[in-house]
Amino acid sequence: MSTPTRSPSGAPSHLTGPGGGRVGDDAARPDGVLKVRGEFAYGSDLWMDDMLWGVTLRSPHPYARIRSVDVGPALAVPGVHAVLTSDDVPGSKTYGLELADQPVLAVDVVRYQGEPVALVAADHPETARRAAARIAVDYEVWEPVTDAREALGHPHWNRVHETEAPVTELSRESAHLHPEGNLVRHVKVRKGDPDATADVVVVGEYEVGMQDQAFLGPESGLAVPAEDGGVELYVATQWLHVDQRQICAALGMPPERVRLTLAGVGGAFGGREDLSMHVHACLLALHTGRPVKMSYNREESFFGHVHRHPATMRYEHGATRDGDLVYVRAQIYLDGGAYASSTPAVVGNAGTMGIGPYVVPNVHVDCYGAYTNNPPCGAMRGFGSVQTAFAYEAQMDALAAELGMDPVELRCRNAMEQGSPTPTGQVVDSPAPVAELLRRLQAMPLPPSPATGADADLRDMPGGVSNTTHGEGVRRGVGYAVAYKNVAFSEGFDDHSTARVRLEVVGGEPTVTVHTAAAEVGQGLVTVEQQIARTELGVDRVVVAPKDTAVGSAGSTSASRQTYVTGGAVKAACEAVRARVLERAAALTGWPVGDLRLFDGAVVAEGLQLPLAEVLGDDAVEETLEWRHRPTEALDPETGQGFAHVQYAFAAHRAVVDVDTELGLLKVVEMACTQDVGKAINPQAVVGQIQGGTAQGLGLAVMEEVLVRDGRVRNPSFTDYLIPTVLDMPPMRIEVLEYADPHAPYGLRGVGEAPNISSGPAVLAAIRQATGLPLTRVPVRPEHITRT
Amino acid sequence: MRLTCTVNGTEQLVDDVWEGESLLYVLRERMGLPGSKNACEQGECGSCTVYLDGLPVCACLVAAGQAEGREVGTVEGLAAGGELHPVQQAFLDAGAVQCGFCTPGLLVATDDLVGRALAEGRRPADAEIREALAGNLCRCTGYEKVLDAVRLAADRMAEEAR
Repeated sequence: MSTPTRSPSGAPSHLTGPGGGRVGDDAARPDGVLKVRGEFAYGSDLWMDDMLWGVTLRSPHPYARIRSVDVGPALAVPGVHAVLTSDDVPGSKTYGLELADQPVLAVDVVRYQGEPVALVAADHPETARRAAARIAVDYEVWEPVTDAREALGHPHWNRVHETEAPVTELSRESAHLHPEGNLVRHVKVRKGDPDATADVVVVGEYEVGMQDQAFLGPESGLAVPAEDGGVELYVATQWLHVDQRQICAALGMPPERVRLTLAGVGGAFGGREDLSMHVHACLLALHTGRPVKMSYNREESFFGHVHRHPATMRYEHGATRDGDLVYVRAQIYLDGGAYASSTPAVVGNAGTMGIGPYVVPNVHVDCYGAYTNNPPCGAMRGFGSVQTAFAYEAQMDALAAELGMDPVELRCRNAMEQGSPTPTGQVVDSPAPVAELLRRLQAMPLPPSPATGADADLRDMPGGVSNTTHGEGVRRGVGYAVAYKNVAFSEGFDDHSTARVRLEVVGGEPTVTVHTAAAEVGQGLVTVEQQIARTELGVDRVVVAPKDTAVGSAGSTSASRQTYVTGGAVKAACEAVRARVLERAAALTGWPVGDLRLFDGAVVAEGLQLPLAEVLGDDAVEETLEWRHRPTEALDPETGQGFAHVQYAFAAHRAVVDVDTELGLLKVVEMACTQDVGKAINPQAVVGQIQGGTAQGLGLAVMEEVLVRDGRVRNPSFTDYLIPTVLDMPPMRIEVLEYADPHAPYGLRGVGEAPNISSGPAVLAAIRQATGLPLTRVPVRPEHITRT
Repeated sequence: MRLTCTVNGTEQLVDDVWEGESLLYVLRERMGLPGSKNACEQGECGSCTVYLDGLPVCACLVAAGQAEGREVGTVEGLAAGGELHPVQQAFLDAGAVQCGFCTPGLLVATDDLVGRALAEGRRPADAEIREALAGNLCRCTGYEKVLDAVRLAADRMAEEAR
């Protein structure tokens, strides 16, 4: 056996890139050249000479007791090096983001189809797969609980979880967890008069299907046993330190012996917040003494990460005849599946933001997250706000119709603005240009209607080149919707990031190295880190160090928070470095510190230009800082009141959709989006986020659903789970507004999630307008339109 | 089995290939060319698009043995030396690269599309670009900047060819 090295092929290197670009510029990605050359190493590209391949045996049943597991036949397969079960987990047998309720490997009971039961390491992935198929598991199959409301009908009848799960230190908030029943969390929001009445009332029930993140890069990583008895894990993930804490617990090891480095990440969108192969690969590596690579295929990926919660929602809106909202009452049920994952926080978001960006004096919301035997659900871009936006925006359109008002007028009349009260008793303390976002959309020109009949270009028609219509039966609809999302972690969570910044002269050139643990998942945070360092330190050459646990936690790459929080940390660390450099320069030159600044690789003042090489010599100036946004508060458990959210993001969409009302086929003709981003740190990347988020929202509206029947997933492949292609996506018009948030670094506002929230509801509104149908379930299918 | 083929202009010979391995697996795991990506392994996503005797194919759907004696071109072979290919540069300049996992396949598909159109003395129209790239899934960009990149690449390559 060869001695493992700690530099597998594909281990991340320092990123520099082409250089140039400060805050506000379209700076180029430092990893861009590697990515277009095929040289950027994703988790699935990692490789070592003597590595083994690990695979997972998963439960075929959504709910069953394991009578016995016989690993003997698998161990007998030539080329197999290890077969492990829960008996081989040395530390905590369970893990979880907020509640440690999920087994590393099944213990006695499996609670969802695809739950990991055993692991195999072998010298070829196919050998490992074939060996895993020979593990004999004897199941006593039970009837699954598959409906969230049914599960909650028996709050103390605990079928899904029989034992109390410990609340870990990872809990994101002071959530009221109910491990004794199928209720994961219930958030109550109570404001004003619970019995308020109104002139005009609309009631609706809505359903949202289960969406998959469908990131393209599969779950993958490489675990390498270390000489100190610990393990090095290279993994594609969203939050290295929360992974590290859970892995340490499972392995029974201290953090210094479990070292993580971010491998290249092929998209995330929330699906990598929870552990997947992390502990499994470490267990196999420690057991075999060899590096072990695990990389899911697409089918396993559908079982290997959490999905977006399906939702069932009942809303009642009351308004005056003039169109002023009087009250909103809502009951929201989210199916959390078999394990908690981030369900408590999703329930918090859906509950507190579930009525949308509107001012309502009387609010009564109940939001529930339930355990069932469906696939576990957790984080996905938009995190609780996506589901509710379909409901509250459908309600606003229904109310407008009832009032005989224009839907945009009704929204603007009730729109939140700076100074408005929220349902949770907060006052919106930064710009909230909801009405302006809508007005700007309304002012944009509408796309022309396509030629029909003999002149029709089939590619412009619903059904496309399938030649299903030349315009007969096609009606156009236009719909609007607004997104409202908290940025960063809420409800009193200690949300912080750590940045280490070093300034030195390398080869005669001033060089900044930025080291954070913040996961780059494709969004461009590595670019933003460089832009901030260039801006604050006046140095062009900025190197981004590999993301690893050798520096403190950066928090999660989620909740639209990294540019804000890690950006804030990098800015603060740069400021600390700058202060020390300027003090040095002041001592050298006798100039007052206050007159000095850093510019273009030198300390400058009126009549002074001192190159950094002369100020620093061979010394490096380094600072490591933890940075926090303003603290938030837990919600009052009975009223849901409290300063729970630090910042809100707002976006609005207008969708134009042509619908073949006879066949139920549709073509989204154009999407327009307006979004306030406070300050666009990298405008090109901001627009990219808006375009990508819009596509994911459109996907949920009209095509994307993980179909689950009797607890079983029926479409775990890209053949059967459809995401938008370039033919499905229309041209987009985008306007980016920059109203600074005075509380945030550079005035910026988190960008990534908001456009994912409003695009789908706008598409639904357009289809409703075209068809006159209520369409209360997403994704909309042809049979919903044809009613067949 | 033994496999011999030409990859990016270089003769390759690999032994001990299991007959069930795909061309994608052999490229990635046996030839040290992981640029072609493994996002679905059933021909739906296009991330593994490579040239096989000059035609774009999903390498995951080609059995390794089918590549015997043939010419394979991957993303690693697009650029000549240290310079980027105009299609690669256009994807960067247009901001069409986010996570980048779909990028290698899109680059090969775009190179094929633009090459064919320019050979006919024209630039690809938007509807043609959409048709040509409909087999390449991207989850990050919403495709707008991918379209920008293809147009930009076609413009620059047409200019170069003049």
